Amino acid sequence: MTEVTPNVAQSAGQAGVVVRASTWHRLVRNPMGLTALVILGVIVLIAVLAPLVAPGDPNFADIGNVLAGPGGGSWLGTDSAGRDIASRLVYGAQVTLLSAALAAAVAIAIGLPAGLLAGYYGGTFDGLANWTTNILLALPSMVVLLAVRAAIGPSTWIAMVVFGVLLSPGYYRLTRTAVQSVRNELYVDAARVSGLSDGRIIARHIFSVVRAPIIIQTAMVCGVAISIQSALEFLGLGDPMVPTWGVMVADGFRNIYRAPLTLVWPSAAIAVTIAAFVLLGNALRDSLEDLEKVKEKRARPVGPAARRAVPPVAVESGTEHHLLKVTGLGIGYPQPGGGRKTVVDGVSFHVDRNEVLGIVGESGSGKTQTAFAILGLLPDNAIVTGGAIQFDGVYTVAPDDDHVHQDRLAPLRGKRISYIPQEPMSNLDPAFTVGSQLTRPMVRILGITKAAARDRALNLLASVGIPEPQRTYDAYPHEISGGMAQRVLIAGAISCEPDLIIADEPTTALDVTVQAEVLDVLRELQSRLGLGIVVVTHNFGVVADICDRVVVMQNGRLVEEGPVRAILRSPQDPYTKVLLASMLENKPPMTPLLTEEKLSPLLTEDELVQAEESLELTT
Amino acid sequence: MLFMILRRIGSGVVVLVTVACLTFVLLYASSSNIARNILGDQATPEALAAKEAELGLDQPLLTRLADWWAHALRGDFGRSWFTNEQVFSAIASRLPVTLVMVFASIILIALVAAVLGMLAAVRRGWVDRLVQIGAVLGSALPGFIIGVFLVWVFAIQLRLFPPISKITPNAGLNLWVLSLTLPVIALVINGVASAAQQIRSAFIRQLELDYVRTLRSRGITEREILFRHVLRSAAPAGLTVLSLQFISLLGGVVIIESIFAIAGMGRLAVEATTKSDLPLVMGVVVYTVVIVIVVNLLVDILNGWLNPKVRVS
Amino acid sequence: MSTTIESPDLLTVDDLVVEYPGKGMFGRPFRVLHDVCVRIAPGETLGLVGESGSGKTTLGRAVLGLAPVTAGRITFLGKDISHAGRRQRQQLSQHLQVVFQDPYTSLNPAMTVGDILSEPLGIQGITGADARRRVQELLDRVHLPVDAMSRLPREFSGGQRQRIAIARALALRPQLIVCDEPVSALDLTTQARVLDLLLEIQQGTGVSYLFVSHDLDVVRHISHRVAVMHRGRIVEQGEALKVTQTPDHPYTQRLLLASPVPDPDRQAERRSARQAHAASQESAA
Repeated sequence: MTEVTPNVAQSAGQAGVVVRASTWHRLVRNPMGLTALVILGVIVLIAVLAPLVAPGDPNFADIGNVLAGPGGGSWLGTDSAGRDIASRLVYGAQVTLLSAALAAAVAIAIGLPAGLLAGYYGGTFDGLANWTTNILLALPSMVVLLAVRAAIGPSTWIAMVVFGVLLSPGYYRLTRTAVQSVRNELYVDAARVSGLSDGRIIARHIFSVVRAPIIIQTAMVCGVAISIQSALEFLGLGDPMVPTWGVMVADGFRNIYRAPLTLVWPSAAIAVTIAAFVLLGNALRDSLEDLEKVKEKRARPVGPAARRAVPPVAVESGTEHHLLKVTGLGIGYPQPGGGRKTVVDGVSFHVDRNEVLGIVGESGSGKTQTAFAILGLLPDNAIVTGGAIQFDGVYTVAPDDDHVHQDRLAPLRGKRISYIPQEPMSNLDPAFTVGSQLTRPMVRILGITKAAARDRALNLLASVGIPEPQRTYDAYPHEISGGMAQRVLIAGAISCEPDLIIADEPTTALDVTVQAEVLDVLRELQSRLGLGIVVVTHNFGVVADICDRVVVMQNGRLVEEGPVRAILRSPQDPYTKVLLASMLENKPPMTPLLTEEKLSPLLTEDELVQAEESLELTT
Repeated sequence: MLFMILRRIGSGVVVLVTVACLTFVLLYASSSNIARNILGDQATPEALAAKEAELGLDQPLLTRLADWWAHALRGDFGRSWFTNEQVFSAIASRLPVTLVMVFASIILIALVAAVLGMLAAVRRGWVDRLVQIGAVLGSALPGFIIGVFLVWVFAIQLRLFPPISKITPNAGLNLWVLSLTLPVIALVINGVASAAQQIRSAFIRQLELDYVRTLRSRGITEREILFRHVLRSAAPAGLTVLSLQFISLLGGVVIIESIFAIAGMGRLAVEATTKSDLPLVMGVVVYTVVIVIVVNLLVDILNGWLNPKVRVS
Repeated sequence: MSTTIESPDLLTVDDLVVEYPGKGMFGRPFRVLHDVCVRIAPGETLGLVGESGSGKTTLGRAVLGLAPVTAGRITFLGKDISHAGRRQRQQLSQHLQVVFQDPYTSLNPAMTVGDILSEPLGIQGITGADARRRVQELLDRVHLPVDAMSRLPREFSGGQRQRIAIARALALRPQLIVCDEPVSALDLTTQARVLDLLLEIQQGTGVSYLFVSHDLDVVRHISHRVAVMHRGRIVEQGEALKVTQTPDHPYTQRLLLASPVPDPDRQAERRSARQAHAASQESAA
């Protein structure tokens, strides 16, 4: 193609190059990666130019000059046969690098295609390949290499080919896992629907996924191969005519009392080379991971410092009667390049006893962050940038706190404030029965006996509408349905008679018929126990069903607050109006929902897209 | 559960048979030089032929394989070609010291790596960085170089330990343990480095799961969350890591025994290999595979017991 | 029955059965769809509604050739495509396309938007300047800027990614697009925008949709006709407003009464109606 205007394929290719170039760039800028590359470069150069670099013949034995020290005729001295150590080191680099390359090449040549086929097609080949892999992994490589040596005789190259076979399961598993995770990705389905052949799907969509892990694995494998190759030579199982680092270590070790320095040079050569490969692999992994997650978790030790007791601070008088009061709350996260990103900004609301407050917003509105701040379950690196939270007349986050003090919240959590999560299945520990997960907090917090806790748990399970409490009590999480699991989590949330429940999208993961039943359970419990509930949701139907008051959040800010009827029937804020206009119930079918006429002058399309973009970034 | 165990035992037997047959074929396929190897270059053609007949090398390969199995199933793995010692008793006399070292090493690896991995995962910060750096350094040094330098520094320079360990338990338990200390340290360092790293990531994966947050919300203490819930859920990953470490220890011990001149199975394997003493090599391979299979079976049973989905069914 | 059918329908599905092989060697095959019959006319949207595990997604995937057809027949443009091979699928892809639920995994993260959109074009032999022109048209069609072409999917929000997925489906001017829960991963306002876009495209091009969703309101809004699925069977099928507002089948009634409405008083009425309905079903059983 000689076109001057870049066509689609070209521009795409360039973008691809940009991605790779930036990975390379990061690798070189990483001091660890750069060091490793320089060391390996030097070693490769030495190996390639061995005849030019080496001061002499590696196998020329000067019997009159054995175990000479450095200086004099040879730079690094001579070994027990009077051979020049420097020359042997230089030629040893050749063998070392070639054997690493050979082992890696054999391992890739077997493992990669096998992994691709097994991962993509599965079936008989997969079964057979897995079985072979299990056998290969059950064999200690050293023992296999000994057997091969016994059968075939001393040959570094045969040993490395066999070692490559033994290493191939690593590549096989890596490739297979990567392919399996991609095979069912929707974009591969989309390619199939487009009629792309299997070969092209593998080449275009799947090979790109395994490329990076393969390179990392290869760096590691080269290190392992050098280690085992040197060890074989060290044991005297290699070809005695070939100068290798392993043989040199063995020679040094035999003369350890007379000339320990002869041991140091080859050992250092081996260690430095392997370390360079390991460092290269690590640096590669780091530079690829940087690409994926910009948000580096910066950890704060949960040590004594963080648990330091904080004095209680008196709340503003006249507000003690609110069960929960959030005042001007701000939450931010440190950014990798310095600075801070605010996800909740100046949010204020309150909840009273026997009241259900809905926090409504779209993804990234900060509604979940607000809920976790109330619970004190924000990630470690979260910063409280401002404001305060008070519960029953006591600050849990005082006005000057910059993070959540666990000693203020830990005594309340589970006992007076509890939590209903969104995903029912992932919020139960799969290794423990439902019963043990229910009774444990009760024994701890209520101080009752195990037997009493058990009776209570059975009653709770019955009260959240579980038909056979005993069976569910004895079941493991994987044995119950999502709807049942959510009821179990609700039972857990009310088990210690809390005053306030924070429910984070409690029905979002459920089918609509189950959602209705779960909401019935929540409503009944709320009115019976006089609970205060904060329901975080994006669904106005849920709001209408259960909430007394509503706050609407957008982009970390609170945009509107009021009684449920006022907000749903006559919203004042333009964003609330857009949200309600997006509801489908009671709208004429087949007509546009968000035309400019209907919404203007609320928000323009550009503003909405912008808002959406900024929201997406925060999740 | 029982079905799972039986299936694993079955597949273990299949693996053993496959490996044994393949090894036998590999070792004995080219048997032309064996007799000369044993008798030396001066042997007459008649003596060579007699030796071949004595060893059964004039039989077809498959006949010899069947013959080997017939004896092996009765516990008879033949005799060494050079020392005429029973393969079974040669291995049996050397296996204990090897197993002591390997099991002592795996227990040390498990303890140290679990503590380091957990600390790094839970504390993060500088502890984490230290563990990570240590892991890179530890995995960069091959076991035999570590062993050689341990001898040089601690046995030769500082004279804290005996440099070679031809010491049996009869010489006094203290001395015996002392003599095995350096070899075990040399064996353990690589394993700790890589296992700590993997245990660390297994813990971090678990700590980021939703249910941990829910447990916190229920008022469960961090200590209980860590030791009761997370430890248990991370255990299968840790066990898998350790079972792979165990296999690599069986290889590593070959080298370490040679460095420290310990009369264990590894050193026996090297000697048999150098002399092409095929019945011994064959015996070593079979014993190693059996040990691996038994350990893997134990790991599978433990993992199955930890996983309610397997245990309940 | 002959292989060519003189019917006005674009797609007909007759007595479709889909089974997945059972687990293990002796596991019984698992039947996901039981004798399902639907048809779609040109320019028409058939809404397929049901809860998780109802088989609605499987029906869409069977039409696309992504699920095994055990028995029955799928006819598209007068041809039996129940067991279409790779070559036939490649021809079909000009007329039959798909938009998936999750805009995060339905676009290859390593490919640029331009590459993603030109992939189906390349298979049909459209390359170079022609392809580039068509990609520009498509981006314009879904209201994305032309410079989107050289960017990667991760630079776009969920709603924008779903527009890209729609553009990819439109690339070859298909006659039927299977939309598998295309808005359920999206926020409320984004959902509204994508629905508006789908309606606008249908009015402009006369494309048909097989629209799979768990949300009765979404299906009512976008469909001409609606089929309700429950446990692998179609329990009710008919004109959209009829099925979604005054359903005949008890299951559809239950589904309707369980969907909450955004008004406290009307929701309270619906709730008591649902509880009454549940009680009557129980006493009937």
